[in-house]
Amino acid sequence: MEKDIILKVENLSKQYRLGLVGTGTLGHDLNRWWSRIRGKEDPYLKIGESNDRSIKGDSEYVWALKDINFEVLRGEVVGIIGKNGAGKSTLLKILSKVTGPTTGEIKTKGRIASLLEVGTGFHPEMTGKENVFLNGAILGMTKREIQSKLKEIVEFSGCERYIDTPVKRYSSGMTVRLAFAVAAHLDPDILVIDEVLAVGDSEFQKKAIGKMQDISNSDGRTVLFVSHNMAAVKSLCTKAIVLQHGTTVFEGNTNDAVDFYLKSDVANDIAHYVNDNPNEGADILEVSMRDKDNNISGLFGFEDQITLQVKLRVTEDIIEYGSIGFRIKDQNERTVFSSVEDLNNFIEKEGVYFSNIKFPKSVLLPSEYRVIVGYHIPNKKKIRSLFDIINFRIEETGSMFHKYKGVDFGCVALDCKWSIKSD
Amino acid sequence: MINKNENWLYTISPKQKLIDINLKEIWFYRDLLFLFVKRNVITVYKQTILGPLWYFIQPLFTSVIFTLIFNNMANIPTGEGVPSFLFNLAGITCWNYFKECLTGTSDTFGQNQSLFGKVYFPRVIVPLSVVFTNLVKYGIQILVFIGFYIYYVFFTDKAAQSSPQKAMIFLPLLIFFMGLLGLGLGMIISSMTTKYRDLKFLISFGVQLLMYGSAVMYPLSYFKQKLPNISWVVEFNPMTTIIEAFRYMTLGVGDYSLSKMMYTALVSILLFLIGIIIFNKTEKSFIDTI
Repeated sequence: MEKDIILKVENLSKQYRLGLVGTGTLGHDLNRWWSRIRGKEDPYLKIGESNDRSIKGDSEYVWALKDINFEVLRGEVVGIIGKNGAGKSTLLKILSKVTGPTTGEIKTKGRIASLLEVGTGFHPEMTGKENVFLNGAILGMTKREIQSKLKEIVEFSGCERYIDTPVKRYSSGMTVRLAFAVAAHLDPDILVIDEVLAVGDSEFQKKAIGKMQDISNSDGRTVLFVSHNMAAVKSLCTKAIVLQHGTTVFEGNTNDAVDFYLKSDVANDIAHYVNDNPNEGADILEVSMRDKDNNISGLFGFEDQITLQVKLRVTEDIIEYGSIGFRIKDQNERTVFSSVEDLNNFIEKEGVYFSNIKFPKSVLLPSEYRVIVGYHIPNKKKIRSLFDIINFRIEETGSMFHKYKGVDFGCVALDCKWSIKSD
Repeated sequence: MINKNENWLYTISPKQKLIDINLKEIWFYRDLLFLFVKRNVITVYKQTILGPLWYFIQPLFTSVIFTLIFNNMANIPTGEGVPSFLFNLAGITCWNYFKECLTGTSDTFGQNQSLFGKVYFPRVIVPLSVVFTNLVKYGIQILVFIGFYIYYVFFTDKAAQSSPQKAMIFLPLLIFFMGLLGLGLGMIISSMTTKYRDLKFLISFGVQLLMYGSAVMYPLSYFKQKLPNISWVVEFNPMTTIIEAFRYMTLGVGDYSLSKMMYTALVSILLFLIGIIIFNKTEKSFIDTI
């Protein structure tokens, strides 16, 4: 059978200039223009470094994407994974023609529609219905298409009652619902979806994810799906691409790609969260997963010692009633367990503290987990809630469940007291 | 095996043709153009008491003030048998159309930054929608002009000499070039402002200065007579030709010749082409520079 390649990305690169753009650009522009006139190559294309945001570079220019190559077959659902700054968004932007590549090409046999954000172009003064038309047209639908789907869209959004009211009177949730409803009824050959789309309350989130699943499963639609949520990638995608510092480091089967992603250095990065913009006063500064030698790690064996470390700043007013807690969620968004501790059991004066929370050994079963950390005064004040900041994974290293691969046996192994006696 | 005779629908690449205007694509997005125009027209005066009446008020009041100051106080003649108010209204209406096209399109990238950063559609749609929106406004204001025209002709004897000329059949062409001129200039400016924001300040007072050089509140002939040394500035301004021609067609006063019309058409087309080229260049990369 012939493979039907619908999208082909060839040597795609994108260069960005760092720092203040504005002053001095005229000089660079002239330099570029001068070299073009003499028939030479753009002098600024030769320089540039790989895009690692944590390392200070010498060059003003960085490659957000460098020589990306991949092919997508018709009907494939491709996941694009990578940590923040790996180039995922840049790739999406180029795919959706929002910005052009510096070098390289993308060839496509179908129309690409992208959902980088819902509700683009919503005008607060116009009614829901008018906005559906406008937004649909912006996303590339014709008026007739929208007209034929209007009923479905309104129904899906659940905003029927407000459809002739200006959008400025909507609650933010309703706006998002309506916007997503429009986006979900797009009908392109290739759909590019950013995960952040799944917004709104949990009921609607389920609906949204379900719709995405429908889109990708039914009628052989080609989908590019960008996500941090490995579970979603695993359940939706047939193939995945791992990006790191602007280059493709892995391409292939979804499960292998997710494994690769979690095992590579990348995994250690997602096991360490630094609050880039902490409050002046009390706040969480860092969260990390540590192994028994206190090294940051995102990968543990079933019987390994796992420690969650939270670095936090405590102020005078927080000490007495403040508490810090966390929740562990599994891939299916189920909370596995949680734990909370009052600060005044440990702390007497203000300062920066490390709280180390050791998990009981041999309890969490092999799978991927996410950590949610909250710092608050119960029922009074939320200081900081951090969702999905950290992923870690427990490897199958000999729990007794390894024989039952693929069976949902829960997330925790409890040491039950068994006794089997003869009658 | 991979099929070698691939016929791609389109290619995204950094290579740019000088003029890369995809008419088929613009046609595909015609509904969006229409919806943008609709949005621009209906949202401007939402939650105002007078609503669309504002479309009338602005040119009327400006004309009244101009008549008081330039004609009654400064005694600028508007031609024998032509009411100065009508003379000014004609100038203002045309000038407004050009000005709104220019200022409206000149901030295309700035105003639509968030939209352009999220979805792709032919960016030209936005400046085009501005031109069409203003065409609607212009149409409404022309109605006002016609209203006053009828009043002056049938109910007073002040407009004895003013009568529509045969050249009036070229009025649509005149409007077309006026829009083209505003669009072209606007696209050039909007593209440049993404990188050099100084232009934004220039445009706000530059347009005002330009009005004084466009024969809006005086006849070109009077300017030539009073300031013959610098009259070429006004004479070569394509807007002067358009406004003078408009007044000639409708009121029978003004400087109108085929050669001047050709000149204006040429300038408009040239500016429009330059505009398209620069706009296309900017469109692909502006999101990185803005």
